[in-house]
Amino acid sequence: MSLKITKAGMLDTVQDTGRYGYQHLGINPGGAMDDFSASLANALLGKELNAPVIELHFPASTFLFQQACVVCLTGADFMPCINDVPITLQQPFFVSTNAVLQFKSVKKGARCYLSLLNELKIQKWLSSYSTNLKAGAGGYKGRRLDKEDELEFAFLPHASTNDAVTALPWRYNEAVLSSNELEFIPGNEWDWLDVKSQTDFLNNGFAITPASDRMGYRLQGEKLIQQNKQQLVSSAVSFGTVQLLPDGQLIVLMADHQTTGGYPRIGHVISAHLSKLAQKKPGDEIKFAMTSVNSAEEKYAAQQEHLSRLQNTCNLKMQNWLHAH
Amino acid sequence: MAFAYSIFSLGDAALTVDFGNTIDEDINGQVLRLFGAVKNLSSHILDVVPAYSSLTVYYDVLSLRSKHTAAFDAMKAMIEPLLLKEANGLQLQNRQMKIPVCYEKKFALDVDELATQKRITVDEVIRLHTAKTYRVYTIGFLPGFAYMGRVDERIAMPRKAQPRTIVPEGAVGIAGEQTGIYPLPSPGGWNIIGRTPLKLFDTTKEESVLLQPGDDVSFYSISEDEFENYQSRNA
Repeated sequence: MSLKITKAGMLDTVQDTGRYGYQHLGINPGGAMDDFSASLANALLGKELNAPVIELHFPASTFLFQQACVVCLTGADFMPCINDVPITLQQPFFVSTNAVLQFKSVKKGARCYLSLLNELKIQKWLSSYSTNLKAGAGGYKGRRLDKEDELEFAFLPHASTNDAVTALPWRYNEAVLSSNELEFIPGNEWDWLDVKSQTDFLNNGFAITPASDRMGYRLQGEKLIQQNKQQLVSSAVSFGTVQLLPDGQLIVLMADHQTTGGYPRIGHVISAHLSKLAQKKPGDEIKFAMTSVNSAEEKYAAQQEHLSRLQNTCNLKMQNWLHAH
Repeated sequence: MAFAYSIFSLGDAALTVDFGNTIDEDINGQVLRLFGAVKNLSSHILDVVPAYSSLTVYYDVLSLRSKHTAAFDAMKAMIEPLLLKEANGLQLQNRQMKIPVCYEKKFALDVDELATQKRITVDEVIRLHTAKTYRVYTIGFLPGFAYMGRVDERIAMPRKAQPRTIVPEGAVGIAGEQTGIYPLPSPGGWNIIGRTPLKLFDTTKEESVLLQPGDDVSFYSISEDEFENYQSRNA
């Protein structure tokens, strides 16, 4: 009764929407990099938005379903196949016992999310399922998934069909967050940039470098100049904080960032745009556009309301589908 | 006494109350009293992070906006009255923590260099490090990594120019006037002068982190035998 990894991926971990309430102890929220796609995978199955999902990077694991299951994939398109049949993203699928899920190549994006309708039997650590790789805790044994790992999941009583793979009759059709323009709120040290650097920041593109991971993205672009020699004592930083490094380049903090930092905070990518940032790969270019806190709150609230309406609708559809099978 | 402060947004889901860019025990005391007052203030609050001279509050934008027009404004309005009350009258917890450290050569990777640079003996480094009580100003960098200060200026030393790729768990170090203990093996640039057998971070425990902001910490020297015994007792 489990999901078995028959071939290990590069960095596949269990995540949810994050671990809150422990940052004063240096334990960061972590959670899915692309929180929208992770929540979307759950919404399409009618599950709670913050249920645990598996975050996949390419090359991703190969999974063997040792029991029938209903799954949904969202986020990056790694050309998923079940028993060698290509399947679509953003649509739930019934998969029969012994079905094999594989990923062929990267078509688009950086992180794919796998959600199971069947409840994953994993333990919470400090009220979250997110894997904290540094602490070696949370998720599946506090680490990335490896070959021969088996994630237990609950039996689903009603679902049965004779086919290996069956697409359920609903999907999400809107494009998921693909533009490269990221809105940001100016940070407390925005004024530490000289005027030319502020203009450069707003007008120029920045490339994501290969030195980018779940902790942060290093950006390459026009060198920015700090107009004073001030130093900061460490204080809190957040997912999306854009810091100016001493060499004039930028780093954007991502889900596994440290809780505190001491580099000037030029800005903060708005919550509603962190998902599209999380789908960028080394070499991709991004641009920044300034906005206000209130507009950022509105965009985030709209996104979350959209997800919860979708979750309600899909929950009804799923109940009907389960009764019919 | 009341302290000057400013409040700014840290993105769209957090705000920071800033008491000025400084390392000062009185200002940090004000931060920690505010931490005590804010952490149970409202169910909308997700995280409260005290740093040296600032307090950051992470809040639930959706739940705040279900009752108020703007989450940032609503949270700011909840916190500001606390700042106007004189120092809030809250007592700091002020736990006294005693940490055993083995300062033997095999653990004290940088003590010779520090002693040479500072023109004192290694014994003097140990004596000065164990002579003071240190305040935990803030926790960050790693789970349970406590930034403590201030060390005697005779042993204060900047971070190493070349950070180590791996500093062992329990390593006790000095960076500027700060001292700290690595709770996990990690890359790091602090000058290592000893190692504690205590576990600063233990995921198997309910209270997974040993030190908290506001604790007073002192170090005492133990022998290598005592270090080994300590580790095997707690293995």
